[in-house]
Amino acid sequence: MCTVCGCGAGEVNIGGAGFSTRARPKQGATRGWKAVAGQASAPDASPAESEHIHAVDHHLHFGAGPAHAHAPGLTQSQMVKIERDILGKNDARAGENRRALAARGIFALNLVSSPGSGKTTLLVRTLRELAGRIPAAVIEGDQQTEFDAERIRATGVPALQINTGKGCHLDADMVARALAELQLADDSLLLIENVGNLVCPAAFDLGEAHKVAILSVTEGEDKPLKYPDMFAAADLMLLNKVDLLPYLSFDVERAIAYARRVNPAIEVIRTSATSGEGIAEWLAWLERGMAKARAARRTACPG
Amino acid sequence: MHEMSLAESVRGIVEDAAHAQGAKRVKTVVLEIGELSSVEAEALRFCLDVVLRDSIADGAALEIDAVPGTGWCLACDRSVPLAQRYDACPECGAYQVRPTGGMEMHVKEIEVE
Repeated sequence: MCTVCGCGAGEVNIGGAGFSTRARPKQGATRGWKAVAGQASAPDASPAESEHIHAVDHHLHFGAGPAHAHAPGLTQSQMVKIERDILGKNDARAGENRRALAARGIFALNLVSSPGSGKTTLLVRTLRELAGRIPAAVIEGDQQTEFDAERIRATGVPALQINTGKGCHLDADMVARALAELQLADDSLLLIENVGNLVCPAAFDLGEAHKVAILSVTEGEDKPLKYPDMFAAADLMLLNKVDLLPYLSFDVERAIAYARRVNPAIEVIRTSATSGEGIAEWLAWLERGMAKARAARRTACPG
Repeated sequence: MHEMSLAESVRGIVEDAAHAQGAKRVKTVVLEIGELSSVEAEALRFCLDVVLRDSIADGAALEIDAVPGTGWCLACDRSVPLAQRYDACPECGAYQVRPTGGMEMHVKEIEVE
């Protein structure tokens, strides 16, 4: 298990069905690395690369395929150039999710925050406001329990719970499996509530249109600077629980300035699920996004 | 953060590449990690120690090449070095700096035998 955040190869459950996180498909050809004449004299070649290239020249007659001998001696080592993105598999899967969602005009959001920021309460309020007007579905990510999905289902909206086990974030593969389980309507809204964690979910693209970061005013206004990756990855920040501001010394302007320091383009809406403040603005933002997703689908597949 | 997941991805990439080469053993794994990427190199090193155990890369030496962060300062209209995402432009002090480099997380190459 990771000692930094506790994530690891735990059991993942999607809607009650368990599967192992190790079930990552092996895909994509590995590119072998061949030394070509031009590379040896390339000015930016590192000393290590140059050394490898010379080694190739010395041992070409060994006929060792695309790689080449590296070290002299009895054992024949080969350096193999890979240049593959560590998150490449996740990103490829996320791309598939994004294309599948776009083809059906579904507007998907990845909601990220620390635990206790009021994500689920805000979602419940949002879904109640949209009820009867906009078809919606929710994917809930938590380490354990189905509590959040149950709260969403109480609003009449279908919700699928993903339990990440020891995992600290949702990944694109989990969401792809969840999408296969959910019967999503065309032109609908999909809200993915990520595991409460301001660190890890920032790196994992799920195929969403936008990441939405929720920061509650009961947290510190310096959170955007403490967890910059998340606020850099988000397109919208919901400053939540603003009904509590009279009881707190939270500096709203400073929090927004810190978020914009990390991400100059981030939009901000101040919300409260309790008082209803900002909910209309948030719903309008959602509806603009949905209109855009619908329009993109019509353009892509007219009729 | 999530370094264990990343370590598992690294193992997958290394195993694929090593098998494609018909290698018996991986001696060295070279990663390229940007300073602005969302990974802590030392934590990743720790996780890889565990994850690579009993794999074809068991005991492999791990080299991590750090790639310096760079950003585009909208005020200066040019590229500047950037150590952290929230740093000000070292030239003008403004915070309107868009990260442009140093965000990569790559498996660069492996040494096999």
